[in-house]
Parts: sequence; C-alpha cells; structure tokens
Amino acid sequence: MRQKRDDKRTTVEIRHLYKIFGDDPKGALAHVEAGLSKAEILKEHNHVVGLNDINVEVKEGDITVMMGLSGSGKSTLIRHLNRLIEPTAGEVLVDGEDILSYGEEALRRLRREKMSMVFQNFALLPHRTVLENAALAPAVRGVKRADYEGEARKWLDRVGLGGNADQYPSALSGGMQQRVGLARALTSNAPIMLMDEAFSALDPLIRTDMQDLLLELQEELAKTVVFISHDLDEALKLADHLVILKDGYVVQQDEPQAILMNPGDDYIVDFISDINRARVLRVRSVMRPTAQPQPNVAGQVHPEDTLEKVIAISGGETGLRYAVTDDEGRQVGILEMEELVRALVPTGASESGMRARASA
Amino acid sequence: MATYDFVFDALGLRGWCGEASTDTNAPMSMDELLAQSGGGDAPAVSLWELPFPSMDALNDACAAFPQSRELTQGLERGFLNVKDAMSFVLDPVTQPLSWALESSLYGILNTPWWIVIPLLMAITWFVSRSWGLLAFVTLSIAGLAFIDHYDYAMQTLAIIFVCAFICVLIGVPIGIAMSRSDGFQNGAIPVLDMLQTLPPFVYLIPLIFLFSVTEPKLYGIAIILYAIVPVIRLTNLGIRMVDPYVMEAAEAFGMTKRQKLYGVQIPLALPNIMAGVNQTIMMSLAMVVIASLVSAPGLGVLVLRGIRNLELGVGLVAGLGIVILAVILDRVTKASLARINAQQKS
Repeated sequence: MRQKRDDKRTTVEIRHLYKIFGDDPKGALAHVEAGLSKAEILKEHNHVVGLNDINVEVKEGDITVMMGLSGSGKSTLIRHLNRLIEPTAGEVLVDGEDILSYGEEALRRLRREKMSMVFQNFALLPHRTVLENAALAPAVRGVKRADYEGEARKWLDRVGLGGNADQYPSALSGGMQQRVGLARALTSNAPIMLMDEAFSALDPLIRTDMQDLLLELQEELAKTVVFISHDLDEALKLADHLVILKDGYVVQQDEPQAILMNPGDDYIVDFISDINRARVLRVRSVMRPTAQPQPNVAGQVHPEDTLEKVIAISGGETGLRYAVTDDEGRQVGILEMEELVRALVPTGASESGMRARASA
Repeated sequence: MATYDFVFDALGLRGWCGEASTDTNAPMSMDELLAQSGGGDAPAVSLWELPFPSMDALNDACAAFPQSRELTQGLERGFLNVKDAMSFVLDPVTQPLSWALESSLYGILNTPWWIVIPLLMAITWFVSRSWGLLAFVTLSIAGLAFIDHYDYAMQTLAIIFVCAFICVLIGVPIGIAMSRSDGFQNGAIPVLDMLQTLPPFVYLIPLIFLFSVTEPKLYGIAIILYAIVPVIRLTNLGIRMVDPYVMEAAEAFGMTKRQKLYGVQIPLALPNIMAGVNQTIMMSLAMVVIASLVSAPGLGVLVLRGIRNLELGVGLVAGLGIVILAVILDRVTKASLARINAQQKS
C-alpha cells in the first residue's frame, strides 16, 4: 500500500512565492496582493505576473509534477527551486533552510550537491564527449577524471548509452541526448532532481520509453523529483502529487487520482475531459472500501490496477463484482463493474464546463 | 565691409572685436589674398554669393573671432603639450613591443632558411592537417625565396606574427569584458568603429610625434590598433551567442564564473574567435605594407620603392609576394578554423 503523503518528509517547500516581471516588481506586487488579475496588471501597470502566491510541498521520494499550459509559469517556478530565477517575494525552503538567504557560495553548494537538473533542450556541452557530459557534476566539484569515470560509465550504462561514452553529443539522436541529460543528473548523486519538460521535445514513442525509464529508476533510487510538463497523460503517469498551474497560480494540487475524481473547477474539468480515464484511473479510486467479504465475487484485483486492466479481465461484462486485495492478500474493498463504468464517464460538472458552454 | 558685420553690430560686440575690423595683424585667408591680388574693393555681395557663416567669414567681420586654421593649430598645440607626458607613460609601456619586433626580425633573418622553411611547414601541418595546403605553402615560400624575396617576406611574416599575437593577447580579454557588460560594450563599439574607419595613414600621424621613427614599436602600434578590432568584436559576439540553455545548465550545476568562462564560453565561442583571428591577421598584412612609410621592413618597402622610384617591376613583384603571403595566411587560419568547427558542430 502507498505511504500516506502526510507521513513523508517535506524536502522542498514553496511558501507564498510571487514572481512579477517588469520595471518595478515590488510596486506591482501590491496590486497583485490587492487581487487584480494578471490581465489587469499587464494592461494597467505593464507588469507580467509570472507566479502568484504559490504554495507547494514537495515530499521526499515523490515525483511531484507541476503541469500547466505554456505561459502558466511552470518553467519559471522550477527555476526558483535552484534560484536560476530570483523571486519577487516568498520563501523556498530546502530541507528546512531558506535558500533565498543563501550567499553565492552556499547557493553553489546547493546546486552542486543537492539538486540536479534535466532540461527540455538537453543543454549538453557540444565540445565534450558523452562521458564528460554525464560527469559534469563531479567535474564541476573538482573531482579527478579517474575518480568519476566509473560512476559516469555506470549511469550511462543504466540509461542504455554504455557504448556511446566517447562520442560527441552531436552524433546522438534527440532521445539519446536526453538520456545523457538524465545520466548527467544521476551522476551528480543529488537527492533532488529537477526536470524541466524533460521529455517534451522527444517523439511520442521515445517519450514513453523515457517515462518508463524514469519510473524504473525511481523505483530503485527514490529521488525527490520535481517534473514540469504540459502533457496531462505524462503528468498522470508519473505523478505522485500533481500541481496544476494556470496563469501563475495553483488551480488544484492533489494526488492525480483525486484530481480526476474530484476536479476542483471548470478549468480542471476541461483539462481532464480528453484523457483516457480507463487508463489512468485506478481500482482504489472507484472501489467501495470494505473489509467485509461479499458474495458472488468474480475474482480478485489489485488496488493499483488500472480500470483498463479490470475491463480486460472482466471481458467487458458489466454485472460482475471483484474483491480488491492488497499485496498481502487482505481484502481492502469491493469493486462493482457498474461503478467502474460510471467512473469512465467524465464528471457531471463537465456539462457546465467551459467547453460545454462554448459549444452551446 | 564684410558680410556678417551686422551680426556683431546687432549683438553689440563691436567693442570686443576691436575697431579696425579688417586688421592686418591676423593672417590672411586664401580668399582675402585672392581678393587683394584681384585689386580693388570687394564688390557688394549679392544674395546669390552669400558666404556660409563660417569661422573665416565671421573673422572677416570681427578680427577677434578665431579663424578656422586656429582649430587645427590648436589641436596641434594641444597634442604637442600633452605629448611629453604621453611619451613618458607610453614609451616604457610599449617598449616590450619594440623588443619583440626586433628580436623576432633578428631571429627570423638569422636563422638559416633550411630551418625556417621546415618550421613554417610544420606549423602549417599542425594547424591544418592538409597535404594540399602544405604543398601550396611550401611551393609559395620556395618561390619567393627563389626570386630572392625570402628576406623581405620573412620580415613581413615576423611582424605579422608578433602583432597578431599581441592583438589576440589584448583583444580576447577586451572582447570577454565586452560580452559581460552591456555598458562597456556600448562604450567600446564607437571606439572600435572609429579604429576601423579611420584611414590607416591617419594613425601614423600622432604616432610619429610620439615615438621616434626608427623605433619598431611605432609601426607595431599602428598595426595593432588597426588589426585588433575584428578579434575584439568576434570574441564579444561569439561569447554572447553561446546557447543560453547551455549556460543555464552550467549555472544549474553550480559552475563558478571561471569554470563557465574556460569550460563553456571560450570553447563554444572558439569558432568565432578564430574567425576574428583570421581577420586580424589579414588586416595586419594590409597595415604592414602601409607601415613601410614609417620604416617597417618587409615587402612593403619594395612596394614603396616601386612607387617612389617608379620601378614598375619591383613594385609589382613585391605586390604579388604580398598576395601570396595573404593567401597562405588566410588558407592556413581558415583550415584551422574549419577543423575547430568540424570538431564541435552540434
């Protein structure tokens, strides 16, 4: 069974974070706090609100996905975590320390030892070999080549590029280059990994491969990952905790299943209306939790199974009933196929959603 | 009566001008001289012939108003006044340039040709790794030596090597500084523009005043001032053009400024810097010919002799020698540039 979110340690905490772009961000901040909208501030005060009162807790060992459309501020937000961008107001705590109070030296140590980053456009050094790129972090720390080479080769092997260590990045395809990017982040051995649209520039098939690779590595390493994405399917696949951003503020944040079952507002409803619910919803989200054994059970399913899998097991029969049992074989709930089918229909709220109104 | 008398009358400045406005103390302008030799009073000026209210025209009306020749004279006096102070500072600072030029000229002329030519061949091979280019360079130098232009060509080459090297030594740091500060860049660009557009002869004039004509640093400075511009510009441009995403990654992995400069910016800007070096070398070659006017040795001296004595053949052959040197230098630097490009295309 999944560990409860509240039991996990908070690694990164973002508190009341604001970022305003313009000539006088501090002055414009007052207007933002007074409740003016992003459009109004742009029009009347000529400032762009990048982030508006962001509060997010990133738990240790989780993949926290921040997702939103372009312009929602997600790339700006992730750059605050290692201070590639300075906020206008707010706090960023890493392991309880406010990194905004860090001087240059402390900040550099944070970037070298606690955080690694994977970029959308790979951002490899074209004049260094794949091995040297993968070993960027230890090389920056001043480790000798002989000492880091083994580590770098290990991670290159792990991402499937063992044979390409001596090539230059220009000789590799996009997907392979991003594997180098991933190996570079892993070689740094930092506990926190920031991934800025890491897979967005890749072909769909390669993207799926990379997502699987990340999940597989995560299973083993349990890093604290902050992942930025504009792709809901990707977000739902990877996220332990999903933060949905719009126009610089957090619309809703929760466990992905919870967001799917209880979308917070029309925006989210529209957002999730196009996804394949059978593939992302899990048994635990639609089951009736009970330890009471029920008669006429057609079989057993696992709480983490997707509905798609259960439909395949049932052969499409909607009158069936399944016992939901966890890894130890204990029953944790009952799944009625009728409930399952109902859950496949997007929530009733979508009738009143923006898209429904637009088409009316 | 002069045309612009009324200006001074109206302003009440007649007293300042002095009563006799057509005073004979002031040096006469060419127009006055002509008018005088033409005889008679100046006829009343029609509107058609109205002179521009220039300094000379105003001086006609008012003797106290300076003539335009005082501008050039004043500039000259001003320069002569600061000259000693400038020489006092510049002389010791630039002395190493003289030594470098003297010793490289001495070195290249006193080393036997059977060492110098293979050495040049080795350099060519080292930077270009091209058999064709090596053959071309060897044949060209051998050809120049065969027609007894070896000494001149080597002098020219020695001067270019020294000056281009110093250009890189000074220019690259200036370019880096420009790339880091927009303010410095905005200040430096007009200076670079001016250095690039001033006619090359104009450099020589103040330098002749500052240094003695027999000193090699005189032409050394002229060449460096003229040729340093491209390497500065292209270093600045090259560093500014480094992929911002790569710089962001360098930042995110905690590189120091120094690590970013030597590990990322300079290597990635190298193709541009090398293009600047190529341009700098070509411009030093152009200037070294002109600098023969101020005693720079080499093929330029022969060209100058050709012009002065109307020795057509001497001038043409030397000119051809310069073309050959230019082609050699250009091809060799371009070949090394191409190698760098091939190494880090991305």
